[in-house]
Amino acid sequence: MSDDRTLLNELLEKQKAGGLKPSDRYAIPPQPMPAQEASERRSNISEVAQGYTETQARLEAMRCLQCKTAPCMEGCPVRIRIKDFVTAIAEGQYGEALAIIKENSLLPAVCGRVCPQEVQCQEKCTVGKKFKDVDKAVAIGRLERFAADRAGAAPAVPQVAAPTGKKVAIIGSGPGSIVAAADTRRAGHEVTVFEAFHKPGGVMVYGIPEFRLPKAIVQQEIDVLKQMGVEIVCNFVVGRTRTVDQLMKDDGFDAVYVGVGAGLPSFMNIPGEHLIGVYSANEYLTRANLMKAYNFGKGADTPIAVSKRVAVLGGGNVAMDAARTALRLGAEKVYLVYRRSEKEMPARLEEVHHAKEEGVDFRILQNPKRILGNGDGNVAGMECLKYELGEPDSSGRRRPVPIEGSEFTLDVDTVIVAIGNGANPLIGQTTPGLELNKWGNIVVDEKCKTSLEGVYAGGDIVLGAATVILAMGQGRTAAAAINEYLASKA
Amino acid sequence: MSHRIVSKKQLSEHVFTMEVEAPLVAQARRPGQFVIVGVSDDYGERIPLTIAGADTAKGTIRLIWQRVGKSTSEMADLKIGETLGYVAGPLGKPTHIENFGTVVCIGGGIGNAPLLPIARGMKEAGNTVISILGARTKELVILEDEFAAFSDELIVVTDDGSHGRKALVTEPLAEICGRDPKPALAVAIGPAIMMKFCCETTRKFAVPTQVSLNTIMVDGTGMCGGCRVEVGGQTKFVCVDGPEFDGHEVNFDIMMKRLSAYRNLEQKAHEAYKQHRCRIGLND
Ligand SMILES: Cc1cc2nc3c(=O)[nH]c(=O)nc-3n(C[C@H](O)[C@H](O)[C@H](O)COP(=O)(O)OP(=O)(O)OC[C@H]3O[C@@H](n4cnc5c(N)ncnc54)[C@H](O)[C@@H]3O)c2cc1C
Ligand SMILES: Cc1cc2nc3c(=O)[nH]c(=O)nc-3n(C[C@H](O)[C@H](O)[C@H](O)COP(=O)(O)OP(=O)(O)OC[C@H]3O[C@@H](n4cnc5c(N)ncnc54)[C@H](O)[C@@H]3O)c2cc1C
Ligand code: SF4
Ligand code: SF4
Ligand code: FES
Repeated sequence: MSDDRTLLNELLEKQKAGGLKPSDRYAIPPQPMPAQEASERRSNISEVAQGYTETQARLEAMRCLQCKTAPCMEGCPVRIRIKDFVTAIAEGQYGEALAIIKENSLLPAVCGRVCPQEVQCQEKCTVGKKFKDVDKAVAIGRLERFAADRAGAAPAVPQVAAPTGKKVAIIGSGPGSIVAAADTRRAGHEVTVFEAFHKPGGVMVYGIPEFRLPKAIVQQEIDVLKQMGVEIVCNFVVGRTRTVDQLMKDDGFDAVYVGVGAGLPSFMNIPGEHLIGVYSANEYLTRANLMKAYNFGKGADTPIAVSKRVAVLGGGNVAMDAARTALRLGAEKVYLVYRRSEKEMPARLEEVHHAKEEGVDFRILQNPKRILGNGDGNVAGMECLKYELGEPDSSGRRRPVPIEGSEFTLDVDTVIVAIGNGANPLIGQTTPGLELNKWGNIVVDEKCKTSLEGVYAGGDIVLGAATVILAMGQGRTAAAAINEYLASKA
Repeated sequence: MSHRIVSKKQLSEHVFTMEVEAPLVAQARRPGQFVIVGVSDDYGERIPLTIAGADTAKGTIRLIWQRVGKSTSEMADLKIGETLGYVAGPLGKPTHIENFGTVVCIGGGIGNAPLLPIARGMKEAGNTVISILGARTKELVILEDEFAAFSDELIVVTDDGSHGRKALVTEPLAEICGRDPKPALAVAIGPAIMMKFCCETTRKFAVPTQVSLNTIMVDGTGMCGGCRVEVGGQTKFVCVDGPEFDGHEVNFDIMMKRLSAYRNLEQKAHEAYKQHRCRIGLND
């Protein structure tokens, strides 16, 4: 019997005999996530983190102290009853664990994988506080993923109420939209999702790579929507194919949820950005993911530069994903150039860790000044400046200041810009009367209602580039408000 | 939604036209707009093509395309009754059409296709329309009859003199710009190099000039930045800010370089698809 299994049996015995004391729980070692070897995974696109075994999951779950105040729950944007589902896992009641999670989150297999837990639920965890190390908190996300994965291939199809005769249009098919569609459909409305791309799922399919979030998981959730009777119309660009106004006035939709995301890529506005070999992370990841450039020549048609030496600019999840994708597409050297220090990187800790393991060369406190080209207009290098941290700026982070005369050149043939995205402008431009803020995000009230009657919005188009779980939370809030609004109209 | 091909014709050695079912697009489209087409649903490139016309009663749109690479060849191999994987649109901003007075419309090669609905729209708005159609050789002059049907004046030029005048489009364009009164507007659509020289010609006469840019595109909805161009010193996205721009402000040199970005890889894909390869006029 493995050591883990022996430990679990001992703990179970102890529990039967009279329960576990906090000291018993603190003594359980935090369970590491099984993962593909770094050297191996660099050359495949399969998922890196492979998920807990049953024994590991139960051991990890037993580390939870069942705090009365459950501070972890405060850290979760959708207020999952964490200690209850964790207890269910400790007891081997995986179905029940999943049912508890699903009360608040429709996509546990996704959130368990991509939530920035270390700044949400796990940051608040008492166990982590005790060890003064958020890495040693109860691994809530991994347990959430375990519960979802254990449920097997076919997630349950939620009950749908009797038809109300009301029609709801959901624009975009990202996580916020999936939740909004499910919740309004559950109330008995006729629901149609309109997606501009040829595949539904939003950033979860065209942005976040396969090795972090397998497409099959997202597809399963889309299939559940279809089984609930939600109609999904792809290649439909709202604002162009039909406007929001037309959907409501001519096509009979009684309410609309706008979840079109923040997809407009920012560039640095430095010399050389038009050179061949400079990509936005969106373009690079879309070509790699949605159009499967990694299969180029084997059925996929989308070309992507064959890069040997790549510089990725930025320090968020998008930058990590681009850097690790470049490695998988065959780059020999990948630099990650970030102008602040590692502490300020907005990426999930696990991704930073995985990127380093895979050999991404972190160049912190550096920033490009210009991109150099050769005679054919291809990228031939990048001139950078070194930075140091100065006084804190308005965001409270110490401002990076360039060091004069510190120029040096990185030898690269590809530059991927991952410094952020702005709001998608199309809906704003084509929907008169829809209030936007100065960055082009849609303005909503606490119920996610916009300035137009019957029109609700959520996710990145409201929050700016945010997270999957926040988008889902808004999708849920908006759906509740839509259901209330439509009931009042009856 | 199924996009059935209801008619298809070959216009020249490498140029084809089809009418395909896309009722919502047919209804919403305006001159100057385009669609993104996918031959299949899963793998495959997203191909931007101008909407050359539409029949709202039949619910069809008309596409005219040149076989240049793998995806456009696959399209050329489709038969009447077969379907396209998807048709998304209409995309881009519609052309600003009003009665300007006299408008000179210059089409180069396959550029005649996107030019057609715009030139016709200008005529319908009451303009005097002078059309200049150019191509390398006789076989490559497309849509001449359709332009002849509404143009007040039609000038055809070929590089080798096999049809119409032996000249580049810029020659008659300069003559027309030199007339009194000069045209109120020029619209030039064709290979980037042609548009560049048309703009240099009209600049001398201070004739405002619109061009429609055919950059590389991925999503066509403003999400990737792959279609970016420099206009008036600023970065613009062709799919959402265009495809039409003030030609006197466009940096064509950068655009031409970016267009060649994927040439090598695409040639590989195309050669794998078919032994022969063919590219006329579109970017060189
Ligand atoms: C590379 C990358 C990595 C990320 N990693 C993480 C992570 O690890 N953890 C995390 O929590 N978050 C991560 N995020 C952020 C997260 O993915 C987003 O916050 C979330 O997906 C936003 O969801 P949304 O509901 O707003 O819709 P989105 O996922 O943004 O989807 C919007 C959808 O609307 C469609 N659309 C746009 N315009 C129209 C239109 N006019 N008509 C019809 N459809 C339209 C788009 O095609 C798209 O499919 C990452 C983002 C990226 C880009
Ligand atoms: C807004 C817009 C409207 C367009 N309208 C038309 C149209 O009405 N009819 C038409 O025939 N073509 C049009 N094009 C060009 C058309 O999209 C490309 O020719 C097509 O995508 C090439 O696909 P392919 O796979 O067959 O060729 P590929 O194998 O992808 O490329 C073959 C060759 O064509 C070049 N090429 C690739 N993509 C483009 C592109 N987008 N523009 C110019 N050259 C390209 C490559 O550099 C290469 O040399 C338009 C492009 C845009 C952006
Ligand atoms: S949804 Fe995210 S924040 Fe909430 S418990 Fe799960 S992993 Fe933590
Ligand atoms: S804070 Fe940590 S230990 Fe306490 S209930 Fe939540 S998960 Fe368990
Ligand atoms: S094609 Fe992607 S932004 Fe224009």
